[in-house]
Amino acid sequence: MSAHATTQKTDVKSVWGGGTSPFGISYGKMMMWFFLMSDAFTFSGLLTAYGFMRHKYHDIWPVAGDVFTHFPFYTGHIQLLYVAFMTFVLIASSVTMVLAVEAGHRMNKKGVILWMFLTIVGGSIFLGSQAWEWYHFIEGTDHGAVRTFIKDGAWVTEVFKGANLRVNEYGHPLFADFFFFITGFHGFHVFSGVVINIIIFIGVIKGTFHQRGHYEMVEKSGLYWHFVDLVWVFVFTFFYLL
Amino acid sequence: MERDDIYEYSLDTHHSEEEGKKVRKKIYQVLGIMSAVTIFEVGMGMKFSEDPSWAVYLKYIFIFLTLVKAGYIVMVFMHLGDEKKNFRWIVLAPYIVLVGYLIFIVLTESVYSGTIRLFDPLIHTLTGGGAH
Repeated sequence: MSAHATTQKTDVKSVWGGGTSPFGISYGKMMMWFFLMSDAFTFSGLLTAYGFMRHKYHDIWPVAGDVFTHFPFYTGHIQLLYVAFMTFVLIASSVTMVLAVEAGHRMNKKGVILWMFLTIVGGSIFLGSQAWEWYHFIEGTDHGAVRTFIKDGAWVTEVFKGANLRVNEYGHPLFADFFFFITGFHGFHVFSGVVINIIIFIGVIKGTFHQRGHYEMVEKSGLYWHFVDLVWVFVFTFFYLL
Repeated sequence: MERDDIYEYSLDTHHSEEEGKKVRKKIYQVLGIMSAVTIFEVGMGMKFSEDPSWAVYLKYIFIFLTLVKAGYIVMVFMHLGDEKKNFRWIVLAPYIVLVGYLIFIVLTESVYSGTIRLFDPLIHTLTGGGAH
């Protein structure tokens, strides 16, 4: 917030002398930042591992734009449109969250309730969309793909459809493994974010934070929620666009 | 129990109606930028698959635009840009250094790994033939 840009001058010598926060930030918020940092390392590791395998198998790696082409109530194929919709929903819910934080700074309880409610709705839409997309990926296309493998010492040819942790009709099985793991891990973050938001939302309605004199808890859950959005921005690029 | 710690460190969590208007204007501006970037990315992504000659440039454009979006989320939505400078660097510096190194070393090795994998017999059972 612009209100954070305080005009107070900090004395370097006395600021570490105790009795005050050297970073001008509360304990809870700082620990939330450190947690998010460690979480960001986890996601970076996953996405870099994805990059490794993708480079290694670059010639047989499926193009995500050709895999995720479904759109609700439409039988044809549109590339990327549904993922773009999901991205937009998550960005919009991030905006409603930051508006809730802003309303909290003005001690506007009604505003916080409205914006937090919209955030929870947005998060739920995103979760539903992800489940829908997983369903179509697991289900696969009508024609499927052929695979050949050795069974009991003889070559067997088999038609299979869709993707799971063992096979993937669109290309390399590792693509499916990374898809399920990375979007699943992110989806679980979204799920916990929605749960945390609901808990804080109940606190807001009950007036707990209003009584406390500030809405810092909304800010903390907001940090987590923005982080979920941040991760999705990267997943969207590295999984779907590139 | 009186939680005096919360009050002490949260002195600047309030702002007036006047300031609120400015903050909201900024939020809507960022929403506009992020939506425009996403629409641009999806549009180019659709074109991308039809015209492979664009692929090399688009890859870097996409990564750059992603970093722009990430910057807006962290600096504006998460208010890291409004925190004190020392805290900002405590969060960002370790991340940039370590992940920068991770990306460098993993992607370098992946290129090598991709060259030697052509001698890997397992690939044929995994993909039903493979490209080589």
